[in-house]
Amino acid sequence: MRELRTHLVTRWGTVRAVDGVSFALGEAETLGLVGESGSGKSMTCLSIVRLVPRPAARIVGGEVRVDGEDLLTKSEREMQRVRGRKVAMILQDPMSSLNPVFSVGMQICEPLGLYHGLRGGAAVSRAAELLRSVRIPSPETRLRAFPHQLSGGMRQRVVGAMAIAGPPRLLIADEPTTSLDLTIQAQYLALLKDLQSQHRFAMIFVTHNLGIVAHTCDRVAVMYAGRIVETGPVRRLFRTPAHPYTRALLGSIPRFGARRDTLTAIAGQPPDLATLPPGCAFAPRCPDVMPRCRAEAPPERAIDGEHTTRCWLHVPA
Amino acid sequence: MSPPEASATNGAALLEVDGLTKHFVVRRGALGWSTGLVRAVDAISFSVARGTTLGLVGESGCGKTTTSKLILGLERPTAGAIRFEGRNVHALGRAAEREYRRSVQAVFQDPYASLDPRMRVGSIVAEPLVINTNLDAAARRRRVAELLDVVGLPERAATLYPHEFSGGQRQRIAIARALALSPKLIVLDEPVSALDVSIRAQVLNLLTDLQKRLGVTYLFIAHDLAAVAHMSRTIAVMYLGRIVELGDADAVALSPKHPYTRALFAAAMPVELDTPREPITLSGEVPSPLAPPAGCRFHPRCPLALDRCAVEDPAPRIHEGRLVACHLY
Repeated sequence: MRELRTHLVTRWGTVRAVDGVSFALGEAETLGLVGESGSGKSMTCLSIVRLVPRPAARIVGGEVRVDGEDLLTKSEREMQRVRGRKVAMILQDPMSSLNPVFSVGMQICEPLGLYHGLRGGAAVSRAAELLRSVRIPSPETRLRAFPHQLSGGMRQRVVGAMAIAGPPRLLIADEPTTSLDLTIQAQYLALLKDLQSQHRFAMIFVTHNLGIVAHTCDRVAVMYAGRIVETGPVRRLFRTPAHPYTRALLGSIPRFGARRDTLTAIAGQPPDLATLPPGCAFAPRCPDVMPRCRAEAPPERAIDGEHTTRCWLHVPA
Repeated sequence: MSPPEASATNGAALLEVDGLTKHFVVRRGALGWSTGLVRAVDAISFSVARGTTLGLVGESGCGKTTTSKLILGLERPTAGAIRFEGRNVHALGRAAEREYRRSVQAVFQDPYASLDPRMRVGSIVAEPLVINTNLDAAARRRRVAELLDVVGLPERAATLYPHEFSGGQRQRIAIARALALSPKLIVLDEPVSALDVSIRAQVLNLLTDLQKRLGVTYLFIAHDLAAVAHMSRTIAVMYLGRIVELGDADAVALSPKHPYTRALFAAAMPVELDTPREPITLSGEVPSPLAPPAGCRFHPRCPLALDRCAVEDPAPRIHEGRLVACHLY
């Protein structure tokens, strides 16, 4: 079992975008990272590959270990060998990961030359093989296509093909299906799971869609204002959510067949990281708030084995 | 030809759409020769009862947006009729057509794009009143305060600019503007998909509440199937310009019949872990509407296609209280 342990604290100006996040992820395991915009999920991912927007963002502490090696102590040169090989990333918008003026083939062949020393015909046939493995029909022809000639789902497959070229030990997928249609999304998720069982990489799946988490992840971490407020195995967390935010989030989602007149809405607005209250960040919106919550941030407590939460409700007095 | 009565229309229909068709001619080159025809909406029929919600679902390119534009009067149909309160909208005179446009309003997906950043919220909400009514400034101010109150915003919001509000609040402003002229029908085109998950329920609840209080009718267009099923009485599923299934929202959501609807709802991934899901994953992508497949338009991707599906276009038929356009039924 190779373990990835992340603990990082970045400071974005004076904003703590990621404020002490820890998790471990095993081989072929998938972690769903859930949260609203500004909760720090994307920053967490960017910190892992050390691509946080500089100079505004800085990783100020913690460690990121992949196969035991700490990525935060590596030099920029060493990091370049890690990115795309050991750790690969798939972003939300495939068009921003692809260069519009180069053919798909050239873009897949470039990292193959850099990381694997493949040139010419060998690189081209490996590229075609990668496209075939992401189920793109007639890959040899597609290699000559430019990104704009492909559909959204097809582009995201090309990005997927580049990501698994390593093959990586860790794949970070940041909202990879948000721009895709439903049936194409289902295809893509099935493809990612297939590739994962083939190459046995660990996967961090960033999304705000709890349904996707329920059906594709092994474990889930719920982020709020830069912290993981609850984490645990998917089944346990969805059945018995412990943190009021997780409970409210699950309650606010319309469900098939359970017609209710009103959904349980979460009061208030998502937090502004620049003006976070002292104590628990969710306190102003929390239905179960206690005086203590406004004064002191709750520590992480285990509820049941791997299921942990940060909430005073679960700290014995 | 009369619109199908599969929808649960108890009261009189507010909006009836009969054989509505919109074709776009594709022109290429300097001479603008026609090189193709996109059948964006192809002979669709449905009706929406007063005070209820019709949910329109389907993937990009299926014709949902064109349908909403036709209903909003932003496009003229190639064929077919839109009847509003029993009268054909396009056979009305200019004055009556203006009246129709006043009765039909819209709320769009992106509240960052749909509100002018240089206008104060008060002017944004008052704009339809300035254009369409002869209320004086004081009466307009009173109406704006009333509208802001209805959507749950403080009165002082009128003096602020859109950038001072969060996404959910901006969508409330857009809803207030849509309500300004007391419309009978509001087209909601993806009203919550740009909002944070924790805010969506607030806005959906507001819309439900407004419908109860004001009796307004909604055409709800969205990708989020659970949200559509929650909001709608009737659901119409579109594929490549056609309605493939139309019926009671719960019936369509819980036991979809058309293979496309089944695949769509199977792909929706509900948060329940134990809901049995049909293991249908569609292969391929939606074909180009420039060259839709012969026969049933869904047959190249359909896991249950029969021989006749490739040649014969299935007519919508009533099956278990709903309309399904499929040879299986």
